[in-house]
Amino acid sequence: MNLQEAKFQYLLRLGDSNLIIGHRLSEWCGAGPILEEDIALINIALDFVGNATALLTYAAEVEGKGRTEDDLAFLRGEREFRNLLMTEQPNGDYAATIARQFLYDVYTFYLYEALKSSKDETIAALAVKSHKEITYHLRHTTEWMYRLGNGTEESHERMQTALNDLWMFTNEFFDMDEVDALLIKEGVAADLEKIRTQWETRVKEVIAEATLQIPTTNFKQKGSREGKHSEHLGFLLAEMQSVHRSFPGAQW
Amino acid sequence: MEDQKQIEAFEAKIASGVKIEPKDWMPEAYRKQLIRMMSQHAHSEIVGMLPEGNWITRAPSLRRKAILLAKVQDEAGHGLYLYSATETLGIDRTELLEQLHTGKAKYSSIFNYPTLTWADIGAIGWLVDGAAIMNQTALARGSYGPYSRAMVRICKEESFHNRQGYEIMMHLAQGTPEQKAMAQDALNRWWWPAIMMLGPSDDQSPNSDQLMRWKVKMESNDAIRQRFIDRTVPQADFIGLSLPDKDLKFDETTGHYTHGPINWDEFFEVIKGNGPCNAKRLKARSDADKKGRWVRDAALAYAEKKKLKAA
Amino acid sequence: MSQDSQWPVWEVFVQANPGIPHKHVGNVHATDAEMAIQNARDVYTRRSEGISIWVVPANAISASSPEDQGSFFEPSNDKPYRHPTFYKIPEGVKYL
Repeated sequence: MNLQEAKFQYLLRLGDSNLIIGHRLSEWCGAGPILEEDIALINIALDFVGNATALLTYAAEVEGKGRTEDDLAFLRGEREFRNLLMTEQPNGDYAATIARQFLYDVYTFYLYEALKSSKDETIAALAVKSHKEITYHLRHTTEWMYRLGNGTEESHERMQTALNDLWMFTNEFFDMDEVDALLIKEGVAADLEKIRTQWETRVKEVIAEATLQIPTTNFKQKGSREGKHSEHLGFLLAEMQSVHRSFPGAQW
Repeated sequence: MEDQKQIEAFEAKIASGVKIEPKDWMPEAYRKQLIRMMSQHAHSEIVGMLPEGNWITRAPSLRRKAILLAKVQDEAGHGLYLYSATETLGIDRTELLEQLHTGKAKYSSIFNYPTLTWADIGAIGWLVDGAAIMNQTALARGSYGPYSRAMVRICKEESFHNRQGYEIMMHLAQGTPEQKAMAQDALNRWWWPAIMMLGPSDDQSPNSDQLMRWKVKMESNDAIRQRFIDRTVPQADFIGLSLPDKDLKFDETTGHYTHGPINWDEFFEVIKGNGPCNAKRLKARSDADKKGRWVRDAALAYAEKKKLKAA
Repeated sequence: MSQDSQWPVWEVFVQANPGIPHKHVGNVHATDAEMAIQNARDVYTRRSEGISIWVVPANAISASSPEDQGSFFEPSNDKPYRHPTFYKIPEGVKYL
């Protein structure tokens, strides 16, 4: 694997994760618990789609085969997607959505902070912009962790269940392979072992403050680095890509 | 009984162009009419999120997806401005939403039609938002301060909605034959509902006189409809799409387009609840509300606990 | 279980640029101040309309009433000497 191939893979991982989690959030449109929250969720979804677009645009450029960001988003199959398993998990109830977003936000908060000093200038510039947005997302989801964890008996229970259900997808955040090894050596990517420590500290703090328990499950799921996903992704892509694929070669 | 002198002073104020503010004296009929209109308008914005939200997950490019998200978010925002303005009349949002969910309050007939293809997103932005802007620009000159200010803000934000819709239609009309057919089909389905959404003909709107004098209504439905048609026909010509009205023609003497008969039976059926999507839209809103209940309760409970802790 | 609620109302004030006052823009519903600020940000500054936000619980605002208009504001109508244009300064005098 050369540097260019590694970079392409790495950008797909970042871009696909944002695209898919943004897609999931956008499914809340018109169904949020209160109008203000509907607006907040769409705002966050919009940030994710924007970041995904920028990352996939750069991925296509790095690949250099004349593909566009739309080709990457709409014409790849599920085995070619590199998004984290966490990001494709269905919305569930509001607690499940908040838990998924929170766990991912803490991860990207530290990841993009590290990427700000990437030796790849485009990645560094994107990270600077994204990190501001993530800081806000994390503030939003952290507050909701407190509210739902501490709120009522029902909300506490739902929140704990959500954390328990999603915990098995967190380990994959820090999974590293030859792509990471090569890019860390070149100063392009972040060392996910360091991110893990920061992630664990912050997540523990918030979970404690929310009077919730760290899940004790030993289940660990991984596979997205090789395009092995949960069954949910296929349905998501079928929906997302349906119009684009029905009109081959059309401009929109 | 309301004092005749108070009413005269109130009407004189409106006639001189001064806005009525929440704490000012106003006739009960004025307050009631405003609550009815403004909440109907607010409900239309949030129900209006549904037919378009329907296509966010299928938007055919990343750019279109972002634009549609931003647009639907604006609609949520506009619903919020309007509820907020309605609340200044002494009714709270919980009650307003209950009126929507129980079917007591109405919303725009147009959102009871289904969005069947991607081109419908173009047609809605172009026609539905186009018609809405005509109406809202007039309402921005209305007499009730909070409503008028909300309208000014909404009109400013909404012009992008109209343009993005037209741009979608333009791309489709200039695209592959399949895309063009999809655009024409959407136009065929949305044209008449868009014309109807501006409300029944003047001879069928009973209390228009008083509403006009009170500047609650600024222009007759027919006048706004005529302006909408006059502006939209050339836009359709420009992108080579045809309007589904064989009687539509330009009248040289009046300088306006004349159009074929409007199917008002259909309009009143949809208003009554018999449109293709009435039940579905209401259910979606009311389900969201029910599903959100425990979340709203939890947030309130947490705020209470925090307050107690701080005390 | 208590009544369903759309949460308390907070009035929102946004400062558009440095050096100018915060201006009332509308309201949001929220359960606490932090949420009110976040909601106000999402609702009222979607198009970069602001650099600073104030939120105030709506029930904490006291307002003068329209009936007070006469006694409150008209007395100042006969005090033109509060306005600089009241004073005649000979032409040629500068910086006044």
